[in-house]
Amino acid sequence: MAKQINVALIGNPNTGKTSVFNRLTGLNQQVGNYPGITVEKKQGICKLPRGVKAHILDLPGTYSLNASSLDENVVIELLLNKNDKDFPDVAVVVTDVENLKRNLLLFTQIKDLGIPTILAINMADRMKRKAISLDVEQLEQRLETKVALISSRKNDGFENLKELIIAHKTLSTKPSLNASVIAPEYFDRLRKAFPNQDLYKLWLVITQDVNFGKLDRKEMKGVASFQTESTSNLKRLQQKETIARYQFINGVLKETLTIDTANAKDLRSRLDRVLMHKIWGYVIFFAILLLIFQAIFDWSSYPMDFIDSSFASFSEWTKNNLPAGDFTNLISEGIIPGLGGIVIFIPQIAFLFFFISILEESGYMSRVVFLMDRVMRRFGLSGKSVVPLIAGTACAIPAIMATRNIENWKERLITILVTPFTTCSARLPVYLIIIALVIPEQKVLGIISLQALTLMFMYLLGFGAAIFSAWALDKVLKIRSKTFFVVEMPNYKLPLFKNVGITVLEKTKSFVFGAGKIILAISIILWVLASYGPGDFNKASEIVQQQNISTNISEEEIETQIASFKLENSYIGHVGKFIEPAVRPLGYDWKIGIALVSSFAAREVFVGTLATIYSVGSDEEETIKNRMAAEVNPILGTPLFNFASGVSLLLFYAFAMQCMSTLAIVKRETNSWKWPMWQLVVMTVIAYVVALGAYQWLK
Amino acid sequence: MATIASLKKGQRGIIKEFSVDVVPLKLLEMGCLPGNEVALVQTAPFQDPLYLNINGSHLAIRKETAAQIEIDIVD
Repeated sequence: MAKQINVALIGNPNTGKTSVFNRLTGLNQQVGNYPGITVEKKQGICKLPRGVKAHILDLPGTYSLNASSLDENVVIELLLNKNDKDFPDVAVVVTDVENLKRNLLLFTQIKDLGIPTILAINMADRMKRKAISLDVEQLEQRLETKVALISSRKNDGFENLKELIIAHKTLSTKPSLNASVIAPEYFDRLRKAFPNQDLYKLWLVITQDVNFGKLDRKEMKGVASFQTESTSNLKRLQQKETIARYQFINGVLKETLTIDTANAKDLRSRLDRVLMHKIWGYVIFFAILLLIFQAIFDWSSYPMDFIDSSFASFSEWTKNNLPAGDFTNLISEGIIPGLGGIVIFIPQIAFLFFFISILEESGYMSRVVFLMDRVMRRFGLSGKSVVPLIAGTACAIPAIMATRNIENWKERLITILVTPFTTCSARLPVYLIIIALVIPEQKVLGIISLQALTLMFMYLLGFGAAIFSAWALDKVLKIRSKTFFVVEMPNYKLPLFKNVGITVLEKTKSFVFGAGKIILAISIILWVLASYGPGDFNKASEIVQQQNISTNISEEEIETQIASFKLENSYIGHVGKFIEPAVRPLGYDWKIGIALVSSFAAREVFVGTLATIYSVGSDEEETIKNRMAAEVNPILGTPLFNFASGVSLLLFYAFAMQCMSTLAIVKRETNSWKWPMWQLVVMTVIAYVVALGAYQWLK
Repeated sequence: MATIASLKKGQRGIIKEFSVDVVPLKLLEMGCLPGNEVALVQTAPFQDPLYLNINGSHLAIRKETAAQIEIDIVD
């Protein structure tokens, strides 16, 4: 079999690099992580003509090879390490025809590494409308490369690009800029010390604070000690390098690119005027948020009800049709309700990522960053914190990873610390089920449902808690770091359905297989703990029958009594009773206590746990919601899930830090256990106190 | 002394020489270089941050950074 061609897709953010990747690989792609770090690694296989295959790696977007974040480090580390198995045979630099000048900076840097490089100019379909004309032949000559004009929107030019990839061996590897023009004397010295090395590579090793592949490090040995220049001098040289590159690019584009500026008044300025208006801008932003929440509550309730009842009848079916015994019980009472607890989240997660990816793809998110920066800064955050805070409504883990582009460390740390307050999708099922139980189904003003309003309030509460604690942290934390902020305002684009679809699919999949595993494992463990017990557990039926020997009650009622006696005396019952004193003041019984404790693995376990606990020993087909509604407080004799205990539970989940994966990611991103431990303790204490206060006040 | 922060909406200027110690490399890479033209497209509410068109790139930066970059106002 012929060797696959290794292709690396490289480009600035907002050039449509991911669309190009999606076009090349279709659904033939996989998303993972680079070993040891949380940077997303996207790769896929692309079939080229004549039976050749290419392995496509979609590298994180970067503006240059001067790395300033973890994501960007990945790019240079790969490009400097010839021994990496992903080291590209050919690099495809994706650029946007409207931002060619800026995008070419990265191109010239890649070219100078001596890697065969293709220049893919994306969004070529816009050229006519924008009155842009390009002398491709001349451009190829001046840059010593091959150019592919493509449009990922119209699916144009990809055949040509594929042919260029096949012919990668014919590409010139001549650098476009002689690095020594930056500082002739300094580079002369470098050349003498390392006669066999590529000068630009040396320069990158000297100026970048990153790890290089094992073997290359040996080759480069001694380079670090060659830092005869001071840091500020190196910085000055980097500035000179950038200026030299732009001079070269300006020269090239002057000969090859013409833009008729008469057509400059375009969609951008017209949309900006409305979307970034000092009043309408905010009104529109909040209207969009409201729409998202209404959609998540209203639209997803239909598939969710369907999933809930399907799993209930499936569980019932297995019970009736499989041979009776422990194994059947494990399936019908442990595994199926556990699986149901995973699948039921899919509609909401899909909706949420659908909206978030539309906001990002369209270019609107940058406008929100711009509008919110001044406001957020009052609370020690950055305008860029808006993205993690919104993404946090899906899941805190990608949200915390999204803080990487916040330049200021203090603002970034505060964002990381407060993001878990935002209402993540794992809290959503807990909220939904409790709201459905304790908030009446009424309409306010005839149209807006009271339940949807309550949900909206919970989201606002999450944001409020995040903002308030950010403000408090800003006052408490003594970190001095340079304030700096730059955000690109990309062109508005109609989101590509394919990109949105792939994002939704990818995120849902990773939820089902990632969080799903934990939920399923916990469901099974809980079932075992609830189905077995010490001492009295095994004599349950004798004891219950003994108690009822003189009373005249039906067989059925005795069965129910036996079941609840068993549950109380099972292992989980003992654990539950042990923690009950701690949760009773909040209005919960020991079963909720168990659900609360297991939620510390992941919040979404709550509903599944209750489903498992309530279904153990029950014979009837019931949905999770009906089972919860039927639970009675043993002391008061009122429904267990009433207004006071419901509100208390909602508040507990709003504030508590119940997610091991988030703690792990915070540890990784802040490089210390101090901050995740701080989050765990402070957030949980807040949650307990607030829930306690609410219950005692409302009961 | 005029800086980017003193531009009025729609006004343009030419960036003068500046020191690397005050202007981050990232901004340079995005096209903010001496000799390039800069125009103020819009300011956010409270006059901060600033939405700029520098050399054909649309970026937003905060006022305090903008105040470090000297310019010659064109019109």
